[in-house]
Amino acid sequence: MARCVVRLQSLLCEPVLLQPYLLGSAVTRHLRRPLPWVASQHRDFHTTRGVFKEAAENSKITIHFINQDGERTTTTATEGESLLDVVVNKNLDFSGFGACEGTLACSTCHLIFDENVFNKLEPLVDEELDMLDLAYGLTDTSRLGCQVFVQKGMDGMTVQVPQKVNDIRKAAESSWKQ
Amino acid sequence: MSTCILRAPVSKGFSLQFATTFAKKTSCYGVQRLGSTAAPQPQVCIVGGGPAGFYTAQHLLRSHKGVQVDVFEKLPVPFGLVRFGVAPDHPEVKNVINTFTQTARQDRCGFYGNVTVGSDVTVEELKQAYHAVILSYGAEGSRSLGIPGEELSGVHSAKDFVGWYNGVPGNKDLKPDLSAETAVILGQGNVALDVARILLSPLELLKKTDITAGSLEAITDSRVRRVLIVGRRGPLQVACTIKELREMINLPGTQPALDPRDFQGLREAVQDIPRPRKRLTELLMKAALEKAAGKEAEREWSLRFLRSPTHILPSPDRSRAAGIRLAVTRLEGSGEHARAVLTGEVEEVECGLIVSSIGYQSLPIDPAVPFDLRQAIIPNRMGRVQQAPGLYCSGWVKRGPAGVIATTMNDSFDTACSVLEDMESGQLDTSTPRAGACMLQALLKQRGVTPVSFAGWEKIDAVETARGREVGKPREKLVDVRDMLKVASL
Repeated sequence: MARCVVRLQSLLCEPVLLQPYLLGSAVTRHLRRPLPWVASQHRDFHTTRGVFKEAAENSKITIHFINQDGERTTTTATEGESLLDVVVNKNLDFSGFGACEGTLACSTCHLIFDENVFNKLEPLVDEELDMLDLAYGLTDTSRLGCQVFVQKGMDGMTVQVPQKVNDIRKAAESSWKQ
Repeated sequence: MSTCILRAPVSKGFSLQFATTFAKKTSCYGVQRLGSTAAPQPQVCIVGGGPAGFYTAQHLLRSHKGVQVDVFEKLPVPFGLVRFGVAPDHPEVKNVINTFTQTARQDRCGFYGNVTVGSDVTVEELKQAYHAVILSYGAEGSRSLGIPGEELSGVHSAKDFVGWYNGVPGNKDLKPDLSAETAVILGQGNVALDVARILLSPLELLKKTDITAGSLEAITDSRVRRVLIVGRRGPLQVACTIKELREMINLPGTQPALDPRDFQGLREAVQDIPRPRKRLTELLMKAALEKAAGKEAEREWSLRFLRSPTHILPSPDRSRAAGIRLAVTRLEGSGEHARAVLTGEVEEVECGLIVSSIGYQSLPIDPAVPFDLRQAIIPNRMGRVQQAPGLYCSGWVKRGPAGVIATTMNDSFDTACSVLEDMESGQLDTSTPRAGACMLQALLKQRGVTPVSFAGWEKIDAVETARGREVGKPREKLVDVRDMLKVASL
């Protein structure tokens, strides 16, 4: 699903996307992220153009992702991107990742970090915690990928996409049958 | 032009010859060419074009490079509750429409709107045309209160009220009575909060959303100033979640009117409970115990706990609802499984609008599909319909009407996996080609039903967006099926 994020190239994009900033029903959304990246992207289904603006520094940070099936993918990221940006820009194939496209309206970009990395991340604001609390397979070192931004200190870190609910349920069902 | 190789048995009143001739005259994509050695192309049909339908389609298409998936939808427009359920002031939740659009635009995905499965075409016919039929048609009914007065004017299900402000064609003439100062909402889930928020939101915020013009006009003239959100159990059992509650507390021009007595003793009780429930309760307590700073707001909302409705009270001329009688309850047990038990005490609240937000409910749509009337779902295991090979289900009709879009997403992926496993194992025999959309198009044409394609929806989308732009809204929804069909056929 991550590779399938396409913005409809129409004026619809801008008013809809700016609304969380203008309206928010008076809830101040402390969205700590650069300019709304989604507004500037248009991606075909089959191409992988990374449209996210490159940071001034060209340093590439290596990140290892472990997907829902336990498979490992290594990729490089740019400082300042969110981890959701990385998954989308690099076309990492995580089922259903980032459904709300980074607007703190879901918990599908849930990622699990190593404790030493987790402890160095910027603290959570309420809005992230509100959504994180609804995530499947929540752990003590869980964060939402759309709210975690790549920094130099993350070079070589491993993040895990939580195991598919599918697998958990199937395992439960087969053990019940025995 | 490709030719359909029709080996499937034909339904009554529909000739094989007709189908083959029709197929030859139309370009049915996705059909095996005569004499080709193409890989198997399983034909899968999905009933329901909401999040369950689209997520199931998405997972099938990305996992199997030959499958053809056709989505049938009753309305001319797709997306189900993402379009008709998500509140107008929650546009970011609707971002999932982008991924559904991607799915629908794929070559191997067909969309057929304006087709009612169960009447325009039967599930038996779908089973003949497709290797697998996946029921993802959600919950179009609502749970009834089962109390006297429920049928009075002024009483609505939340499904209908939400449908009204979100442009469900069947709800456009709802005309809810917004002339009384007090409205009562029964149920304390996120849908109840949505209704309260739409009733009390400042107009300057509402008018920039995709709320329908008709409902916005009615809300502009609304005299509702006080909303009571009533639940049978206590603060520890509220079904809403913290983000939505925070939104209510911060709603401009309104203030919460929570009773601190409802929270006595809770501070100790929440210490060891899971974090989500703990934070939610702490937020409630804070709102109850803190005095609002600054001047009092014009509009007020409250959560009324331990109250269960017993009667809806009519006006003197019995023409409409004028009040509600609530029985006082107490809790037996604690935590998520606490039960509300009547104490014998009652109280009455005067009000002009009652919205029952106690749950949506699925309905059976076709005798060929087993249906559990007690649970109001299709009986299934891992999405495989019981006692019905070739039938699957996903979404609310499979699990019951609860959970957010992401819950349905995971559930739909599960069902898609079951289908794929069965294809792999041979449980679903896909070795014999099926006619798929070819047969359906011929059938529907014969019955005078004109399906709306995804391109047709995109015309509707363009018109709605253009009209919205004129009035500063993301879209101005068409609320009449005839208008939708007219635009789609342009």
